[in-house]
Amino acid sequence: MAMDKLYEFLIGPALWVAVIVFVGGLAVRLAWLYGLSRERDKPWHDFEDPKWAWRSIIHWVLPWLSVSSRRQPVFTGAVWVFHILWIGVPLFLEAHNLLFEEAWGWSLPSLPAGLADWLTLVVIACVLFFLVRRLTRPEVRVLTSAWDYFLILLALSPFATGWLAYHQVGPYGLMLNLHIFLAEVLLVIIPFSKLGHLVLFFVSRASIGYDFGTRRGARVW
Amino acid sequence: MSDQSQNAGQEATPAAAPPAPAEAPEAPKPVDVGKIKAILEANDSARMRMWLSICSRCGLCAESCFFYLANNKDPKLSPAYKAINSIGKLYRAKGEVSREFLESLEDVIWGQCTTCKRCSMYCPFGIDIASMIAVARAVCYSQGIVPDGLARTTDNILRTGNQMEMPDEEWIETCNWMAEEYGEEIYGLEIPVDKQGADYMYTVNPREPMYYPQDVGMAAEIFHLAGLDWTVPSTGWDATNLAMFAGNKAVAAIPVKNMYDAAVKLGVGAIVITECGHAFRSAKFEGPYFLGIPGGKPPVPVIHSVELFRDIMRDGKIKLKHKFKHKVTYQDPCNVSRNGGLWDVGRELVNLLCEDFVDMSPNRELNHCCGGGGGYIPMGPPFKKRRMISGKVKADQIKATGADYVIVPCHNCFDQINDLNKEYELGVKVVSFKEIITELMVIPESMIPPEEDEEEALAQEEAMEEVSEEANKEASEVEGN
Ligand code: SF4
Ligand code: SF4
Ligand code: SF4
Repeated sequence: MAMDKLYEFLIGPALWVAVIVFVGGLAVRLAWLYGLSRERDKPWHDFEDPKWAWRSIIHWVLPWLSVSSRRQPVFTGAVWVFHILWIGVPLFLEAHNLLFEEAWGWSLPSLPAGLADWLTLVVIACVLFFLVRRLTRPEVRVLTSAWDYFLILLALSPFATGWLAYHQVGPYGLMLNLHIFLAEVLLVIIPFSKLGHLVLFFVSRASIGYDFGTRRGARVW
Repeated sequence: MSDQSQNAGQEATPAAAPPAPAEAPEAPKPVDVGKIKAILEANDSARMRMWLSICSRCGLCAESCFFYLANNKDPKLSPAYKAINSIGKLYRAKGEVSREFLESLEDVIWGQCTTCKRCSMYCPFGIDIASMIAVARAVCYSQGIVPDGLARTTDNILRTGNQMEMPDEEWIETCNWMAEEYGEEIYGLEIPVDKQGADYMYTVNPREPMYYPQDVGMAAEIFHLAGLDWTVPSTGWDATNLAMFAGNKAVAAIPVKNMYDAAVKLGVGAIVITECGHAFRSAKFEGPYFLGIPGGKPPVPVIHSVELFRDIMRDGKIKLKHKFKHKVTYQDPCNVSRNGGLWDVGRELVNLLCEDFVDMSPNRELNHCCGGGGGYIPMGPPFKKRRMISGKVKADQIKATGADYVIVPCHNCFDQINDLNKEYELGVKVVSFKEIITELMVIPESMIPPEEDEEEALAQEEAMEEVSEEANKEASEVEGN
């Protein structure tokens, strides 16, 4: 019973807050950075050129177009798969889309349940791989703080708990609530942490594209 | 090297609190926190914020850096580690740091990075570690923490406007001397000083007039043979800018301003930078920002020698007796190739001049820094050993080509590769483009000095001397004009 109440809360007001903080936080951060850039990032605006922004971005959005990504092909491949699934699986998950339908009478196409299940395992496998890499490669380990481990586990947690809930491992109600709660925490933290690269990746790549490309006539990938 | 880098790394693991921020406020004497805060504030840009916060600690940048590669892949030499533990800590502590901390940075930001920008190519976000390190340099410089060799160059610029303290008169004298000397080989050769409205204004590295005046002479030969309308300025002729690497923007603005002013005053078509990498970076890319020029572009187009030489050779303005026959490789100076976009131009020129060219690997914009950039060479003896250690990457690259000659269009790389040549017994010859062109160029008939006639005239003069001293005096007075 308590679980049901909690569920109502998590899927109701808490979700609203999380989504508003997520979207609003990213928007405010972007707007604020943009304002700051107009004042302090002269080279960026002096050399703005969509062509170089686009080239700079595309060479790191698609896998193995950059030298560095080719030097560690397995890792960058896993990064690519991870990012696509991390965004795609929740968006196209049948259970989520049923909720969308219920709430707004509108939904996205859904992945077959079995496939989504497997893809969730792939996400988990990717994260395990990242963790092992982080712990075993000295040049990555030396950069890693407790916060970095926390964030990556947090990014994984909705997937892990979702999978457990779906397979009814452990107490279902608790698992489900945990799943929603962790997803909301994640949404709230994204705009204010390095996970902000969800949008800042594009900004950062565009600005370095201007600097190397428009300004110096050179590639940066 | 590894000792020092370990010391630098001992400060704290990346996860730990900023180093000793608590000490600084109580002991304000040794550190001017206000100044540091001001520098940090001025550079607190959107990109700086973004870079510091989104670095995902992926470690991909490590392999880009020759310091890391040459020192047993010491993880503390990875670009991200160096940035996080220098500029990252400065921002985290809001500038309230101890002198000990700043002193430990000297080693990191000058001794472990040449600001070659290779790491930006390796980073998924394109984080510009070199620019971040440059801000840390500015902070340290403001507290008098800077390698002596670099500090000297900024003093020199302040006193004389050029980094080697060469008076303008001596520069002009050198030009005149070279014009005379090389005029003996090429009839009519001159080095026009302050010629209004010339197409090209040629600027140099002061070490040329200072130690290698033939560089000036060779450039004059090439320009004269190619029939260019060119000039050298009597002031603002120093294209280099070591204050840029020392971390002093205000001083870095001085040589750039002198150069731009000269070009504008003379109304020239373009500024030509000698075979020097960082001079090009300063004049073309950073200079406008040192001076706060809106739009970030120099008032007069800036081109590198490599571009001008390529045009000359491609357009057949100079003919070669034959192509250079030895096996050559080409050093892409970071500030000409990766940071100047001229890697193809450089290769085109090599191929126009040489018949046997082997590229290094990696090459073009991915070529490694020679290990002498970012002010490393002028930092002098205290850093020499480490320069040789981290230069091993370049030495190995050169060795692998099996070339006999390395063409190097950058004075810094030139010195560094010469040192590496000795250190690692590479057995190569290091040459500039000027040397190759002047060695192989065909001097047109019309420019061959009338040697025979002159000798006859001289002989006659001597004969006359014997006959009558007085008559001779008169004669030479007339001829002297
Ligand atoms: S700029 Fe060059 S030297 Fe400095 S960290 Fe990056 S790769 Fe290394
Ligand atoms: S490659 Fe970029 S994101 Fe990765 S650790 Fe280096 S600086 Fe950070
Ligand atoms: S010295 Fe040469 S290779 Fe090294 S940073 Fe300068 S231009 Fe680059």
